[in-house]
Amino acid sequence: MASVILQAEGLKRHFGGLKAVDGVDLALNAGEIHALIGPNGAGKTTLVSLLSGRQVPDAGAIRFDGTDITRLPAHERVRRGIGYTFQITAIYAGLSVFDNLALAVQRGHTRDLSRAVTEAAARVGLEDLLPQIAGTLSYGHQRLLEIGMGLALHPRLLILDEPTQGFAAGEIEGFMALVRGLVPATTVLLIEHNMDVVMALAERITVLDQGRVLASGLPAEIRANRAVQDAYLGGSHAGD
Amino acid sequence: MRALSLHLAVLALLLALHFVLPAYHHANLARIMVLAVFAMGYNIAFGYTGLLSLGHALFLSAGMFGAGLLIQHFGLTAAPALLIGTLAGAAMAALTGLLALRTAGVSLMIVTLMFAQAGYLTLLYFGAVTGGDEGFPVPAAGRVAFGLNLAAEGPRYLVALGLFALALMGNLALVRSRFGRVMVAMRENEERSRMLGYNPFAVKLGVMVLSGLYAGAAGAFYGVMFGYVGATFATIPYSILPLLYVLLGGAGVTLGPLLGAVLMFYLIDLASSHTTAQLAVTGGALLVLVLFAPKGILGSLRERGLASWLP
Ligand SMILES: Nc1ncnc2c1ncn2[C@@H]1O[C@H](COP(=O)(O)OP(=O)(O)OP(=O)(O)O)[C@@H](O)[C@H]1O
Ligand SMILES: [Mg+2]
Repeated sequence: MASVILQAEGLKRHFGGLKAVDGVDLALNAGEIHALIGPNGAGKTTLVSLLSGRQVPDAGAIRFDGTDITRLPAHERVRRGIGYTFQITAIYAGLSVFDNLALAVQRGHTRDLSRAVTEAAARVGLEDLLPQIAGTLSYGHQRLLEIGMGLALHPRLLILDEPTQGFAAGEIEGFMALVRGLVPATTVLLIEHNMDVVMALAERITVLDQGRVLASGLPAEIRANRAVQDAYLGGSHAGD
Repeated sequence: MRALSLHLAVLALLLALHFVLPAYHHANLARIMVLAVFAMGYNIAFGYTGLLSLGHALFLSAGMFGAGLLIQHFGLTAAPALLIGTLAGAAMAALTGLLALRTAGVSLMIVTLMFAQAGYLTLLYFGAVTGGDEGFPVPAAGRVAFGLNLAAEGPRYLVALGLFALALMGNLALVRSRFGRVMVAMRENEERSRMLGYNPFAVKLGVMVLSGLYAGAAGAFYGVMFGYVGATFATIPYSILPLLYVLLGGAGVTLGPLLGAVLMFYLIDLASSHTTAQLAVTGGALLVLVLFAPKGILGSLRERGLASWLP
């Protein structure tokens, strides 16, 4: 049995009457790729916002690496090794690719910053675009930069919120190889709508629906689960 | 390299002007250099980090009164008084920041404005010590530093230049440092920066202290060099002044404050010889700026790619 690096219990986050996250338990095994799936509006982004500290839960507790982080501010969680990439690309549009990456890289107190930045850029294939202003990159490249910034933090847990959105087919292959190369040094929590990517990468899957966990288990178990098929995998593939 | 050369060239030019300028402009430029240091501090907060303060007169006057009162009431000599005044600016900024930086945007403007007004009223309230509305002249004995008589034109210009040079090169080093990169990151996208592990409050507080250090130095030197300390320097116009300089010269450009200070100083000077409505002139200048060059002169040059290397 692998050790649990992150454990959430009874997490709740309501917006008025809307129960975006409604009593979620989640355990992430260290070194695994764990996929979080569910229809649009299921509460996936809200759930990982609670884990990363961007939002405060109304109830519940989160433990990371044995310590309670429920009340820690987001930047403190990042320092402890929880890296986060945004679903809606949040790069510094007015700064160069170099500066975007350097802001992540320099957190590690690197001596040779420009070498470390070049390495970070190479991991996502942006090493030739370092001087370019990030806002002028193509959408796919902006997504890669977003992921590159998350990687450059060298997190122990990396949360990827729909990373492949906007990728061309060829870029998805490269991305999957990249994520496979992260484990087991890094634990990955992957929100993803593309089921081919999920099935190819995930060692464990949690399905969320209307703020609740519908099912959680190995990919084969999830695929066989009737409730999941009805709610999500089946014909009524909601929204997108 | 190009940037460093340009900065050194500007300093060399200012030194050369010391020997050739007629007395009137020579005296003006000494004043402008100290005011530019004030504006540089403002630029660190506003131009680079995006903190729009309307209370910098508080830090300027903290420096000015910090130095002036020590000379006046405790007989300190200029050197320690200038140092303590400078630190008083930083301390006042730290105090203000601790409370005001819990807000942002328009609220930050209002809160800083209120702090500065409170500071101004405090100066008036303790008029027996501070001289109230009228202020007080700095005693001649307290205007000598390291054997230089700051009351005399020549040494005064050179000391102003020395202060300016230190401030400018410090500013350049700051914005090229890793912390400088984080400052800009806070301006561009605070939420993103937080998710890279930066504590926005801590970064902004650090920036306020640096900004207050510049303002405090400017206030202390201004008071001692020109021999007058008064509560006018704590009024709202002195909070707006550095904003104008920075907007005119270029926000987020190291040389913006100097250019803005020179132009605005002479614009007001020119206007006041033709009209008494100097405020209308400043207002008009601000309007033209916001409409036609919102990034200021150097900012526009940089944006158009004519000098994209300007730090
Ligand atoms: N700040 C907010 N205020 C009000 N409602 C919100 C807020 N954030 C999210 N919601 C609502 O909470 C629900 C869950 O949203 P969330 O973004 O977590 O879903 P998601 O699973 O990430 O969806 P998607 O697949 O489209 O990204 C949605 O109904 C959404 O409209
Ligand atoms: Mg989402």
